[in-house]
Amino acid sequence: MRITTTVNGTEHEVDDVWAGESLLYVLRERMGLPGSKNACEQGECGSCTVYLDGEPVCACLVAAGQAIGREVTTVEGLATEGELHPVQEAFVEAGAVQCGFCTPGLLVAAHDLLERVPDPSDLEIREALAGNLCRCTGYEKILDAVRLAAARQARP
Amino acid sequence: MREFRYERAADPAAAVALLAAAPDGAFLGGGTNLVDLMKLGVATPDVLVDVRELTSREVADLPDGGLRIGAGVPNADLAADRRVRERFPVLAQALLAGASGQLRNRATTGGNLLQRTRCGYFTDVTKPCNKRSPGSGCGALEGVHRNHAILGQTIAGSDDPATCVTTHPSDMAVAMVALDAVVRVLGPDGEREIPIAELHRLPGSDPSRDTTLRHGELVTAIDVPALGMPSRYRKVRDRASFAFALVSVAAALDVRDGVVRDVRLALGGVAHKPWRASAAEYVLRGMPATEASFAAAVESELEAATPLRDNAFKVPMARNVVVRTLLDLAGRDTERELA
Repeated sequence: MRITTTVNGTEHEVDDVWAGESLLYVLRERMGLPGSKNACEQGECGSCTVYLDGEPVCACLVAAGQAIGREVTTVEGLATEGELHPVQEAFVEAGAVQCGFCTPGLLVAAHDLLERVPDPSDLEIREALAGNLCRCTGYEKILDAVRLAAARQARP
Repeated sequence: MREFRYERAADPAAAVALLAAAPDGAFLGGGTNLVDLMKLGVATPDVLVDVRELTSREVADLPDGGLRIGAGVPNADLAADRRVRERFPVLAQALLAGASGQLRNRATTGGNLLQRTRCGYFTDVTKPCNKRSPGSGCGALEGVHRNHAILGQTIAGSDDPATCVTTHPSDMAVAMVALDAVVRVLGPDGEREIPIAELHRLPGSDPSRDTTLRHGELVTAIDVPALGMPSRYRKVRDRASFAFALVSVAAALDVRDGVVRDVRLALGGVAHKPWRASAAEYVLRGMPATEASFAAAVESELEAATPLRDNAFKVPMARNVVVRTLLDLAGRDTERELA
């Protein structure tokens, strides 16, 4: 199967994709974009969160064929021209990263939250990140990072 | 994962024809449940017919004030629909109580109805499970079953091919049952409508079947008739978000002059299907809208409960959640809310 998908603004075309491959596998192993992480493979941990046609989804549960003709944005697409996105800056500054495995998914989820809700309450942050599991940080620094990014967004 | 073919069809009728010719095939909607089960080896279709973009993604108004929800409407979109939030808050709340944002973006209305159980014995191919592997027995009856059913199970011994004690996982379906939704399906023999109470089934003597759908039948839309009373969904789970229900309730209540004129009540997390609490509804109509009435009604429903070794806590939990939810609804004035 041939998969043609626009990823981070660039059209990618890959051949000989097996129907059983996920969008996540195609991104990582065939398109050279290893930012999205492969952890639970069950849609539970959120490490593979990417935008599919503008909405965050778990790429591990998207069958390759369902990505044909779609637009995908991965964590690699958040930064522009070498400049980290403010959400990424905030994660670095707040120390919201330990082992880093959950970070790409959390960045996409937090990025989406702040696009929709510029000044989220703690409850809104918690609910928006409910689908992203972190085994290291205990989440406090991640909440700090999202609050920081939101505050900076309000006062640029 | 078993080898399979991925097919797209031109329209719903073509998709139905494709699947009719593939006895081991399956429709693919959002994939949030099916793709997972394929990775686990629980589902082994040889053909996937992708219908996610094939059925309607529209929520359309029906003449009576109800809504026709296309089977392809993502859960997130349905929960955000202004008409759903205003007319059927129980449905919006149930949708938002399910899964995570990522999954709600991907999952479809039709697929949500057809989720398989999350019983750990069903999803582990090394364990006995009459639903996954008919005749292999039921690991949950004597095993880990804290979050299993308290109503309508088939309990006939761990080795009996009929035994099944699991629950239906959907929140949305519980609200749809309370709302008397009608499921529209297209099959090899044409279209038919299924009242949602007749879609999901109890395990009976064949736990392998979750629903009354026939092979090749595609859910195309769900009609939700006008409600005309306040409603809400309440869910109790082990953590605040992204967990399946221990117990949930979808309720609607019409109180005039302190008397219950009408009530809808459905329970989640308690049975193999969303459990319409018809006995409680019957008891409540015409009764004063008081805590005592609500308690008596739900207790009459739960008289039939047959809890397992480790889930008897669900009986008082269901009672309390129903009473609390009905009290919340009774504190609101139907006439004013609908004005």
